[in-house]
Amino acid sequence: MMTELPHARDELPRTRGPQPHTRDALLPPTPSQTVGPFYGYALPFPGGGDLAPAGAPATLTVHGQVYDGAGVPVPDALIEIWQTDPAGSTAGAPGSLRHDPVTGNVVGRDGVRFTGFGRVPTDADGHWTVRTLAPGAPRPGAVPYLSVLVFARGLLHHLHTRIHLPEHAEALAADPVLGALPPERLGTLLATRERERLYRFDIRLQGEKETVFLDFPVG
Amino acid sequence: MSTPPTQTDIDAEIATAHARAQEGTRPQGRTRAQTPAQSPIRTRVAGPEARHHPPRDFPPYRSSALRFPRQRPVPLSDPEAVELTGPVFGVTDVTALDSDLTRHHQGAPLGERITVSGRVLDRLGRPVRGQLVEVWQANASGRYAHQLDQHPAPLDPNFTGFGRCLTDDEGRYAFTTVKPGAYPWRNHTNAWRPAHIHFSVFGEAFAQRLVTQMYFPGDPLFPYDPILQSVTDQAARDRLVAAWDHTLTVPEWSLGYRWDIVLDGPAATWFEEGRE
Repeated sequence: MMTELPHARDELPRTRGPQPHTRDALLPPTPSQTVGPFYGYALPFPGGGDLAPAGAPATLTVHGQVYDGAGVPVPDALIEIWQTDPAGSTAGAPGSLRHDPVTGNVVGRDGVRFTGFGRVPTDADGHWTVRTLAPGAPRPGAVPYLSVLVFARGLLHHLHTRIHLPEHAEALAADPVLGALPPERLGTLLATRERERLYRFDIRLQGEKETVFLDFPVG
Repeated sequence: MSTPPTQTDIDAEIATAHARAQEGTRPQGRTRAQTPAQSPIRTRVAGPEARHHPPRDFPPYRSSALRFPRQRPVPLSDPEAVELTGPVFGVTDVTALDSDLTRHHQGAPLGERITVSGRVLDRLGRPVRGQLVEVWQANASGRYAHQLDQHPAPLDPNFTGFGRCLTDDEGRYAFTTVKPGAYPWRNHTNAWRPAHIHFSVFGEAFAQRLVTQMYFPGDPLFPYDPILQSVTDQAARDRLVAAWDHTLTVPEWSLGYRWDIVLDGPAATWFEEGRE
């Protein structure tokens, strides 16, 4: 029987049929806890910020600092990136944490496949950098972006935000939800172009220019 | 500089924060009765959902003070959001030895050898398959292999304390490690963290991402710890505590703990829409 199956990834938000229909029937989720200060020997991995295949001519560098509510750089935050490939696909690929089978050490990506996933810790000055390819629009006409997760000691639950490139500022302002934000708030979701292929995106956890963080109704 | 708070101060702050959280969530039924015009959906969203995860602003945990956003996160329900998909991992991303934290050095680490195993599920109870689970922890003496951990407990040259694995077709993960020790920290005078293992888990969607901590049953430090107590609901806190499981013990080898993980999602609001 050749029923056409939806792509596995599309199943998640679109499941219908004989499922529990109320929140009460859903299993309660495991609560979040802070990543703490000592993840550094476990979660970061070699090449974690190098999403772009080595030598890819269209590589973009995106970097920035994470600041706390006093404007002090956060030296122990962890940034994760998930994004579409330049064609707009969210399929991703394995291999972000490719291991050397002899030593068992992570040796970095294979230099060919684009996994769409990156992870970098901030340095002593709260600074992080990723090298990646421009994200493609996830559907025709949509605004492309890099999805960002922020983890840190002191953050009991991680934070979602998005990096948009400045060339998409107008399209972002037309977004029915995000476009309704006051311009100075919306601006926190835009990277600034420092020079050709170099973009800056600072993250302010709290305070006057606090970054816009996002929430997804996932349960 | 003011005197650092005592455990008694922190206990009182935790009690206040819990009472306030109860106040915020208890009136489920009552709210509806008092204000019948209010949408029950809105009540649900503001109520029990908020209690599953800790608030980002939890004053007894001092490090949260300058790091929690003061603005509410902007809710997005775009069915095409990139966050409803997520990174994939495969055979290249783990080795068989990654899940045995006792075999990363030439010798065997000191401590009580344990197996920690369980299933990663979504809120419909479906297994989360082939996804990456990462763990890190202190050694049996309560010391992390991290330069910034200056607790004067011995490092163990045979233990680093991190591991990873992929979940199997039933969503199962398993690690062999040693039981971590409790350790002091500087949140307040004489603050001690209960023994715990840090977990980082991926779901099928980036929006399901979870970083959390697993605790061991019966630890007398639970009530004193502002990080565990940041989860204001007792039933939710209980979900962070593993269960002793005799069937997971390995004869003449290791003790066993079971801990199942339930990730957020899929979005309940979406089938509610589908139902109408």
